[in-house]
Amino acid sequence: MDTFIQQILNGLVLGSMYALVALGYTMVYGVLNLINFAHGDVLMIGAMVGLSILRMLDSTFPGLPGGVQLAIAILGAIPVAMLVNILIERVAYRRLRNAPRLAPLITAIGVSILLQTFVMAMPFWGRSPLPFPQLLSSDPIMVGGAVISQTQVLLLVLAALAMLLLVFLVEKTKMGRAMRAVAENPRVAGLMGVDSNRVIVSTFAIGAALAAVAGVMWGANYASIQFAMGTLPGMKAFSAAVLGGIGNIYGAMIGGIVLGIIESLGAGYIGDLTGGFLGSHYQDIFAFVVLILVLTVRPSGIMGERVADRA
Amino acid sequence: MNDLLLNISSVNKRFGGLQALTDVRIQIARGQIYGLIGPNGAGKTTFFNVITGLYQPDTGTFELDGKPYSPSAPHAVAKAGIARTFQNIRLFGEMRALENVMVGRHVRTRQGVFGAIVRHRAARAEEAAIRARAQELLDFVGIGQFAQRTARYLSYGDQRRLEIARALATEPKLLALDEPAAGMNATEKLALRELLVKIQKAGITILLIEHDVKLMMGLCDRISVLEYGKLIAEGLPAEIQKNQAVIEAYLGGAH
Amino acid sequence: MALLTFDTAHKPRQSYASMAILLAVMLVFPFVASQFGNSWVRIIDMALLYIMLALGLNIVVGFAGLLDLGYIAFFAVGAYLTGLLASPQFAALLESVVNYSPAMGDALVALFGESIRTEGIHLSVWFIVPLAGLVAALFGALLGAPTLKLRGDYLAIVTLGFGEIIRIFMNNLNDPINFTNGPQGINLIDPIRIFGVSLAGEAGSKATVFIGGFGMPSVNAYYFLFLLLCIVTIFMTSRLQHSRLGRAWVAIREDEIAAKAMGINTRNVKLLAFSMGASFGGVAGAMFAAFQGFVSPESFSLTESIAVLAMVVLGGIGHIPGVVMGGVLLAALPEVLRHVVEPVQQSLFGKVLIEAEVLRQLLYGLAMVLIMLNRPAGLWPSPIKEDRPVAATDKEEKEESAVV
Repeated sequence: MDTFIQQILNGLVLGSMYALVALGYTMVYGVLNLINFAHGDVLMIGAMVGLSILRMLDSTFPGLPGGVQLAIAILGAIPVAMLVNILIERVAYRRLRNAPRLAPLITAIGVSILLQTFVMAMPFWGRSPLPFPQLLSSDPIMVGGAVISQTQVLLLVLAALAMLLLVFLVEKTKMGRAMRAVAENPRVAGLMGVDSNRVIVSTFAIGAALAAVAGVMWGANYASIQFAMGTLPGMKAFSAAVLGGIGNIYGAMIGGIVLGIIESLGAGYIGDLTGGFLGSHYQDIFAFVVLILVLTVRPSGIMGERVADRA
Repeated sequence: MNDLLLNISSVNKRFGGLQALTDVRIQIARGQIYGLIGPNGAGKTTFFNVITGLYQPDTGTFELDGKPYSPSAPHAVAKAGIARTFQNIRLFGEMRALENVMVGRHVRTRQGVFGAIVRHRAARAEEAAIRARAQELLDFVGIGQFAQRTARYLSYGDQRRLEIARALATEPKLLALDEPAAGMNATEKLALRELLVKIQKAGITILLIEHDVKLMMGLCDRISVLEYGKLIAEGLPAEIQKNQAVIEAYLGGAH
Repeated sequence: MALLTFDTAHKPRQSYASMAILLAVMLVFPFVASQFGNSWVRIIDMALLYIMLALGLNIVVGFAGLLDLGYIAFFAVGAYLTGLLASPQFAALLESVVNYSPAMGDALVALFGESIRTEGIHLSVWFIVPLAGLVAALFGALLGAPTLKLRGDYLAIVTLGFGEIIRIFMNNLNDPINFTNGPQGINLIDPIRIFGVSLAGEAGSKATVFIGGFGMPSVNAYYFLFLLLCIVTIFMTSRLQHSRLGRAWVAIREDEIAAKAMGINTRNVKLLAFSMGASFGGVAGAMFAAFQGFVSPESFSLTESIAVLAMVVLGGIGHIPGVVMGGVLLAALPEVLRHVVEPVQQSLFGKVLIEAEVLRQLLYGLAMVLIMLNRPAGLWPSPIKEDRPVAATDKEEKEESAVV
């Protein structure tokens, strides 16, 4: 039973990160019908920038409390990630808004590669895995029969906070209303005076901010980051978005958490389930299996999709 | 030979809260030109899509040439002998006109991977036959000279003809046309009418949806009228014109 | 590209002349390049394999319009199959089977002979290559089947998922039964043996292959084999393109609903696209395994799937000569650059600032982005418009339609 609680807890932590990234995918898909393949790499950029900030803090202001350092790293990573994502939209996607579906997807893959190449080429980052400093105490906190670290608690708190802020933004503010309008019917929204370009840019920016938070916390949680770290989590987060209902931000949140738990439980129990044939290294498969099942059985996902009527 | 080519009855189709078709039926005799008219939103294209396998009906019996057919998959329907065109023309835009029609021959030919790679005598013969028949059909509908033109660049009227030629390539027993005259001027409509009569003379039965009532009255042997998914009239053009329910459907009640 | 044309339907004499010239150059190349060492020919050997992959992927992406992001899985299948059936690996497999279930172990020995205990299975190339093609084709259908009803971008992600799943299995299928030897991969794979002549050269010959009295380096021998296979691939895919099946693929790509309405069984035709494309990947994989002598999961990652896609996109989606060119550019160029750029950087700066691997990735990324934004039909698109799938935003197209 202890293991079960532990797996659930791990799943919640993992799932929170997936949820943060899934939100970016789902919002962009909602307004543009486009999978921003490079979104996972925005997470990676967030982590890299966070790391650089921490290194700078360490050399100029040694002795700052870990929590403060982390906060600064996150606050510094967010604007950079937003800038990167906005740039991607402007340079790579905007011209292809009316192109056949394959074109922006291929471009997105190219952008993803370029982001990784950029990080690879920078001498202060490079190709090898980079250690991410442990800023918070690693003393385990007991919950039920399971352990959780301060970093993981912070991650859960930040994720919840971010999601609440997003819900507030989408439901209660003018920009949020505009986003929902463009997501439903961009042409009519335009007729009602909504500048869809502004909305799209905002969507990319918000998604990037969430991904940046996820990236820094990923680094803090796993203590190591690398240029290729974003691809697989990105694809899994996309699966989570589909699981929850693409275009639906509540779906992305729920899908992320659910996928995280499925992956965690699956990794824990797969050995028992397959009579020893498959071990926990097969963990990464779950996200894709879930994706295929969802698309085959219930393509609109748990909460139903909300995609623009781009007739 | 059964005189009744198409015998469809009891078709019901619901989309969520909307009952799109209620108990619709149609009987088309061999060699007829049969018209389906009705105000916008009456369910004509929905009915078309059900007959040709694009939508699955909730209920209905379907019989073509005396044999029941299952409208479960569009390609099976084409194989059984119903070919259709689309309201907003669905050509293979980047292919040449001739190639579009050659695709229409797919369902009546058989060469597969082996024939494609090896190109033995039978494969080459089939390919030549496909090409020849496609050119014949292009000539038949009047655009033979555009065989090598990319379909996307044909004029609107010629694109419609191409779509018809492609449908004819499948050797249909029934040719189902969804608003073939849409967007045409009077001269073009006359030409279309001539083409349809020519097709009828070649022995193919035609079912068509149209809004141009005058065209339909002059062209069709029989007409059915749909309104709000229900069949409200059926019979000779002259009868339909005088039918009170039809007049009300088009013009509104009080007048 | 105006001088070189391969449009046999419309310009037969010019295109056959082009082919003859190209063939002559290709045949002479290794003898010239060998003067400068083996590396150049080896680069082209790998490029030829990549070209085969690109041509296979071109069937799926270019002809049928199905964006497969996991194509390298079929390359892996062919390579690992060869690894299993032409190396000592089967002995290791047998050992693990015996540990798991002695009865099964005995059955295998009875089937294949006592020698597999120590030596493994060593099937000849004549058996392995068709087998690789067939098994890969089977996998193609298996992996394609769940994607049949998905729209473009979802199909891409699902195929990506399958590619990853295959890689993960290759990386982990060593316990309890050792199929793939895990992350270490499979070693000591037999080189190709044709009519008794080993293409790796006999022991002690310093990798020289003797045919009659004539000797050439092993990489040259493989060169001619791969060149032949490439030519066969080009031939087969070209024949497929201009056939009833090829037309059906393009029809599905252009308008799937209309294709169905015209009687095309889109499910079967799509599965055929996946299978045919995969089979070329499988054969290329078998060649790769024999050539390299070992296989490991790293060679079959998402990066490789994307690399092959980049070749197809850069060259000219759907246009066979373009795809070949894309393969040459993106497979050979990075290697050539590595031989040139790294020493240059070394002498100029005293150290290597930008590694060749980074350069390679940079080329792939730039290729995909710049091409899609500026020339979506590729660098060398089909002169025949019907073969261009993504031409809608092509500037040339717009200019032409303004004229028509």
